[in-house]
Amino acid sequence: MSDDLLLEIKGLKTQFFLDEGLVEAVNGVNLKIRRGATVGLVGESGCGKSVTAFSVLNLVTRPGRVVAGQILFHRTLATAAGGDARGAQVETIDLAALDPDGKQMSAVRGKEIAMIFQEPMVSLSMMHTIGFQIMEAILLHFDVSQQEARQRAIQILNKVGIPNAAERVDMYPFQLSGGMRQRAMIAMALSCNPTLLIADEPTTALDVTTQAQILELMLHLQKEFGMSILLITHDLGVVAETCDEVAVMYLGEVVEQGSVRQIFHSPAHPYTQALLNSIPKLGSSKAGRLTPIEGTVPDPYNRPTGCPFHPRCVRFIKDLCDQDNPPQIELNDGRSVRCWLHDPRQGVQS
Amino acid sequence: MLRYILKRILLMVPTLFVISVIAFIVIQLPPGDFLTSYINNRAAEGTLISNEEITNLRMQYGMDKPMINQYFIWIGSILKGDYGYSFLYRRPVSELIWERLVLTFVISLVTLLFTWVIAFPVGIFSAVKQYSLGDYVATAFGFLGLSIPNFLFALVLMVLAFQYFGLSLSGLFSPDYVEAPWSLAKVGNLLQHLWIPVIVLGLSGTAGMIRTMRANLLDELHKPYVTTARAKGQSKFKTLLRYPVRAALNPFVSTIGYTLPNLVSGSIIVSVVLSLPTTGPLLLASLMAQDMYLAGAYVLLLSSLTVVGTLVSDILLAWLDPRIRLSLRG
Amino acid sequence: MTAVSVPTPTAPRRGLPQGSQEKKTRVFVASQGTLIWWRFRKHKPALISAVVLILIYLVVLFAEFFAPFPQENYSVKYTYAPPQTLQIFLNGPNGLEFRPHVLGYKSVLNQESLKRVFTLDPEQVVPVQFFAQGEPYLLMGFIPATTHLLGPTAKEDPMYLLGADRLGRDVFSRMVYGTRISMTIGLVGVTISLLLGILLGGISGFFGGWVDIAIQRTIEFIISIPSIPLWLGLSAALPSDWSPIQVYFAITLILSLRGWTGLARVVRGRFLSLREEEFVMAAALDGSSELRLIFLHMLPSFMSHIIATVTLAIPEMILAETSLSFLGLGLRAPAVSWGVLLQEAQNVRSVVQAPWLLVPAVGVILAVLTFNFLGDGLRDAADPYSR
Repeated sequence: MSDDLLLEIKGLKTQFFLDEGLVEAVNGVNLKIRRGATVGLVGESGCGKSVTAFSVLNLVTRPGRVVAGQILFHRTLATAAGGDARGAQVETIDLAALDPDGKQMSAVRGKEIAMIFQEPMVSLSMMHTIGFQIMEAILLHFDVSQQEARQRAIQILNKVGIPNAAERVDMYPFQLSGGMRQRAMIAMALSCNPTLLIADEPTTALDVTTQAQILELMLHLQKEFGMSILLITHDLGVVAETCDEVAVMYLGEVVEQGSVRQIFHSPAHPYTQALLNSIPKLGSSKAGRLTPIEGTVPDPYNRPTGCPFHPRCVRFIKDLCDQDNPPQIELNDGRSVRCWLHDPRQGVQS
Repeated sequence: MLRYILKRILLMVPTLFVISVIAFIVIQLPPGDFLTSYINNRAAEGTLISNEEITNLRMQYGMDKPMINQYFIWIGSILKGDYGYSFLYRRPVSELIWERLVLTFVISLVTLLFTWVIAFPVGIFSAVKQYSLGDYVATAFGFLGLSIPNFLFALVLMVLAFQYFGLSLSGLFSPDYVEAPWSLAKVGNLLQHLWIPVIVLGLSGTAGMIRTMRANLLDELHKPYVTTARAKGQSKFKTLLRYPVRAALNPFVSTIGYTLPNLVSGSIIVSVVLSLPTTGPLLLASLMAQDMYLAGAYVLLLSSLTVVGTLVSDILLAWLDPRIRLSLRG
Repeated sequence: MTAVSVPTPTAPRRGLPQGSQEKKTRVFVASQGTLIWWRFRKHKPALISAVVLILIYLVVLFAEFFAPFPQENYSVKYTYAPPQTLQIFLNGPNGLEFRPHVLGYKSVLNQESLKRVFTLDPEQVVPVQFFAQGEPYLLMGFIPATTHLLGPTAKEDPMYLLGADRLGRDVFSRMVYGTRISMTIGLVGVTISLLLGILLGGISGFFGGWVDIAIQRTIEFIISIPSIPLWLGLSAALPSDWSPIQVYFAITLILSLRGWTGLARVVRGRFLSLREEEFVMAAALDGSSELRLIFLHMLPSFMSHIIATVTLAIPEMILAETSLSFLGLGLRAPAVSWGVLLQEAQNVRSVVQAPWLLVPAVGVILAVLTFNFLGDGLRDAADPYSR
């Protein structure tokens, strides 16, 4: 794996301090995103994928907080200034150490790292036109006039495939269809040429046809803009179609990260294996039952000791897996796994 | 949008018609009429009025005709601009109401401004800094303001002012300014006395508005579109004002229409306690004496204000909320 | 209704801390009522208010016991006498003794105003006792009794815990009796509003169409009539020869005339949106009749919201009655309500002379505050979608 890293998350811990107890939503996540790559972040509902994404942009609000870890963003200074990326210097900043309400963080948000959300109907303001909302992003980060910002907005709306952009720019989100709303949100995110786009379940709320169109659009724009995408989803099919690499999350930890090929063909972590096993496959016998993962996701206030997956793991090792949480282990093929089965010192075969 | 406004204005007409009928009925409800109480009052003073005089008076004031006729006579003259004659004060109604109406409006408008200027930022602060000390204080104040009847508050204030400052707070002017012609000094005197009615009247309105603003804003503050704005790099403050506050304004605005008529009618009792020369005490006296024209004109006036107020807030709401505005276009 | 419980997992639980399993099942099988109660418990002001209100209604039930004297008792000797605060302990020859008492009066005739001015005399000790014997009464209307919570040991002694009014009547006793009327008028009025509101709002929302339009127009008409003039007008219309009971019910009716409109609107709105909800459709497809749909499925889902709204409407009624009676348009003597009591304090002169006449205001404020808190707490607890 080449080391042209754009974003490195190291040991990220984000916790929610609620009346009922402490929820360790993100419990030591390590994630690497290379320049120009599409990384999928998969996991069940509640495993912490969205919280991870929000933590990158320091958008976690009370009662939650990033309590530990580093989010190293390797930005090229040229793109920081909005210019050409070739042969430019690289500067590294730790996003987790920045003041969430400060100017530095605001300068990064929307401009160098942008985010799109799951439900465009509630993620866009109903009181403002889409043109206004796109122009707001542009005017925040570039010193241009209102007219220029408006022109850029229309341009970017065209790029995302919205017909009659010049008219639609003055429309309100509720006047557009679901698919167009999502396109408008993508336009808003891309309006400032970010180097990283975080997409939080962008197609979950859409029908299958529109889903395919949006994904295609995202990949196309990625090539054109030369940006990385962190795609958060629970749909393994989407991951297989669009991503270069995958990170699998369970209960606030990345349990396995590798290329799509590696993960899908030879999953290393028992959880990934179980996930892939549970997908109904074409051509399998109709009489056979589906194989779900045994057990249920534990109560977030009462995490299991040791490895979080051990109560449901079919390859559970007593006195090891229930005592110590396995560290991230790098495998020969460049993958990383968090499982004692792959610890060379244990001498157990995967 | 224009069609909507026109349609609503047209609808106002039957509404006002029904209201006038109800107003008429309510005022005529007590047994007897103005003449009965007038006669009783004069009798108590020691003057007896002969039956013939009574009949003459009845005919003169049209009280011998059936109710329906009386109603139409009344409505007819109202539409012509003649509001009738007050038996109680022996003056044309329009004169009586007019001279007090201006003051009533002045007090109400100043109170309205006072209420908004305070309630708006306090409500926002209370929602944003939820559970902070400031929030608790504001909420407590809100509850208290809603629980204390405003006329009692006025009474307490007056007593305190009298006991500790020797001030007599009733009326809107000091005794030497009451009959004086308008001058800068008189305006100054008015302002000196104005703050008591404004605070008293504004108390419950402010409290209610703080609570409403806080509740509405709390609803909006955690919605996804606020996060989207922050994700674009917008500052906390600008995001707050531009997005959730803007959305929270909508239910707020729909109450604006009621505020003015509420103030005008709500001040009735307070005006009695504070002896303010506004329309309130006038109404009370006229209702108790069954002074038909005065009471009727006042109730009609107030109802029209309410209806117009509702129209105004509906229009404001349509203008503010693009969802409603655009649905009306088609 | 019991919620569906999560199916227990088949794999043996390993490594999970003890007790977590039980806690999880406990939440899952709680009924909706229990859930509401738990949420309500968290709202401290509402809880305290509920307790206070229960105490107040105890006073309402047993007013005769709590009031030292009947409400009409007057005395020309003690007009505008100041309050004699209750003292529990007395500095006797043997140190502090438990001897509840009040201080007696010394009166001086003010030559200028020709009015008697009272001051408390530390020399005069008027013994009082708990559970004293006093005027006979019928507890709850049918049990004869003579014991009062507090009373002077010697029946002729004055005991004005909160002072006397212009006729020498005990403000404390009258306040206790006033509590009865003021706190029940709200309940009766709100019940009427509730019935009317649910009935008309439900019909309006459930059937829609021209029935809905007709009822909505009526509501709009009623709302456009400003409330205070309406109340004033109607109250002024009440014949002066009606008995206090008749006046009481008439006032209640007048107050609820407008009150039902707010509730009707809420109920209608809920019915309209509920009609489209899937669970209603499911029940209808299942074969439920319309009546069954309304009462078994739709009504329970927002009953708690209605209760909260109704609770919040009671303070308005109390305030309205107080205002009307204060002006002399509502209840009149010999009926006693807080508003009637406050009529004595209508002008600055009397209040300056006898500030204790304003004490009934405390009752009003307390009642309104507690009902507001209670309603707030109920609304927060009952709304399943609030945070």
